[in-house]
Amino acid sequence: MPKPFKPSVKLTDNDVTNEGVYMNRRSLLKSMGFVGASTLLAKSAGAAGWFWEDDEEKEAFKGKALEFSQPPKFQITETRTPEDKVTSYNNFYEFGTSKDAPAKNANEFQTNPWTLKVDGMVKNPIELDYDALTKRFPLEERIYRLRCVEAWSMVVPWIGFELGALLKQADPLMSAKYVAFETLYDPEQMPGQRSRFTGGGIDYPYVEGLRLDEAMHPLTLMSVGLYGKTLPPQNGAPIRLVVPWKYGFKSIKSIVRIRLTDKKPPTTWNRLAANEYGFYANVNPNVSHPRWSQASERRITTGGLLARNRIDTQMFNGYSEVAPLYKDMDLSRYY
Amino acid sequence: MPLRKKPFRLSVWQRRSLKGLIHLFALGYIAWLFFAGVTDQLGPDPVNTLINETGIWAIHFLLLTLALSPLAKWLPSPEPMQFRRMIGVYTFVYAFAHLLTYIVFELQLDMALVASEIVSRPYIIVGMAALLLLFALTATSFKRIQRNMGRKWQKLHNSIYLILPLALLHFSWSQKTFWQEPIWYWMIGLILMSPRMKQWYVTYQKKSQKKSRDKNAVA
Repeated sequence: MPKPFKPSVKLTDNDVTNEGVYMNRRSLLKSMGFVGASTLLAKSAGAAGWFWEDDEEKEAFKGKALEFSQPPKFQITETRTPEDKVTSYNNFYEFGTSKDAPAKNANEFQTNPWTLKVDGMVKNPIELDYDALTKRFPLEERIYRLRCVEAWSMVVPWIGFELGALLKQADPLMSAKYVAFETLYDPEQMPGQRSRFTGGGIDYPYVEGLRLDEAMHPLTLMSVGLYGKTLPPQNGAPIRLVVPWKYGFKSIKSIVRIRLTDKKPPTTWNRLAANEYGFYANVNPNVSHPRWSQASERRITTGGLLARNRIDTQMFNGYSEVAPLYKDMDLSRYY
Repeated sequence: MPLRKKPFRLSVWQRRSLKGLIHLFALGYIAWLFFAGVTDQLGPDPVNTLINETGIWAIHFLLLTLALSPLAKWLPSPEPMQFRRMIGVYTFVYAFAHLLTYIVFELQLDMALVASEIVSRPYIIVGMAALLLLFALTATSFKRIQRNMGRKWQKLHNSIYLILPLALLHFSWSQKTFWQEPIWYWMIGLILMSPRMKQWYVTYQKKSQKKSRDKNAVA
């Protein structure tokens, strides 16, 4: 019979360092006035950067587990993109323009407290606080394809609720035609908003928009998590939009405001280069980006260079149920 | 102003070891990139990493090549010129690996797509032009060919001054916005080119002065 495990050091709950203290240990040391200790720390952080960096990485974001249902309709069989790829290959210019910058720079992004406002042309303006984001609506897991305008794609198990459910609670006026979204503006926390050299020269805050019928479509998701846990900051914590039939840049991250309006709202990439990024931005293999073809895409899953991962891009990213929304529209003109 | 009066020299042994180190780094890094790529150790999207790394290092080598003659004047020393050809050739090697990665791993040998992309995307045309010029320079970089070409060789190799803006334009144009990494490379490129542009301006002025003097003499 195996011996029962007996720890050689006996620790009780009292011995556990409070998580808040642990997370802030460096600022604590400094604030305690240990000038010697803090200068020592600062120096070694520079000289032995590798060691400290490693330490930081271990502290990397750990999501909170969420409770959710798994409607069979959205449990597609396509190979999922591994979680570490979903969380380390991001376009989130608020935290830097390279793909790995957001995972590095968004580590300490504070998402609690948070306020998401729904206002504008509604009968019943709403404010959701941090807890309400994950508790007010029953959560579902939906595995969606994500097609980036840069011609790569992923398969991501999102967790969230339908935007339509939220908008119904706010009760849009008859005159409302569009929904405008806005990302948090906080240059202190978002280095890309402080300098155009890190933020790519975009006008912040990042804004996006949908037509009201697009926003009310049952596929349109407000996501609060992925792979069973709350969203990591680089993926748009604490709440983001996911519109699976449109290019990824429509799925705005870290949203603080949703405003209903009767005018077509400005959208960030369209403002920056209208000939390259339209308001609709529906995935469309027949309309190429001026600088590259959109007819095919590389699906990011596993396997190295030799993985034959280039696949044909499908109209509306394969979500043909949205086609009626654009029935009489010339999609090469309204790209 | 030169840094010192006496020209700086390396011993044969020192020069050889330095060259060995450069070969080791340039070949080692590209070999490692491909190996790590095939074994899926190049991050979330190995193709993207490989394209970025080969492209950016082609530009690093290009800037280094262009830094050597100002460095030689400043030190002063004939030594930097001993390294210019090899670093120039590595510029081509990395740029060519960059194109190969694009065709083989990004577009995955869909030749119809390769053809239509190369013809119809301006930033790729610009990059291809730079690469073709680099190829011409590499192909004529043998001592024997250099001797045979005589004065034409220098004329051809002056196209490095065209390759620089073409390569940087390709880099800038490939980004989604203007204010990104390439800005720094444009600045470095401008710094490296400024003494040459000054020189060109002086020569141009002298020439036009001479022309007007000749005219006056005729009158």
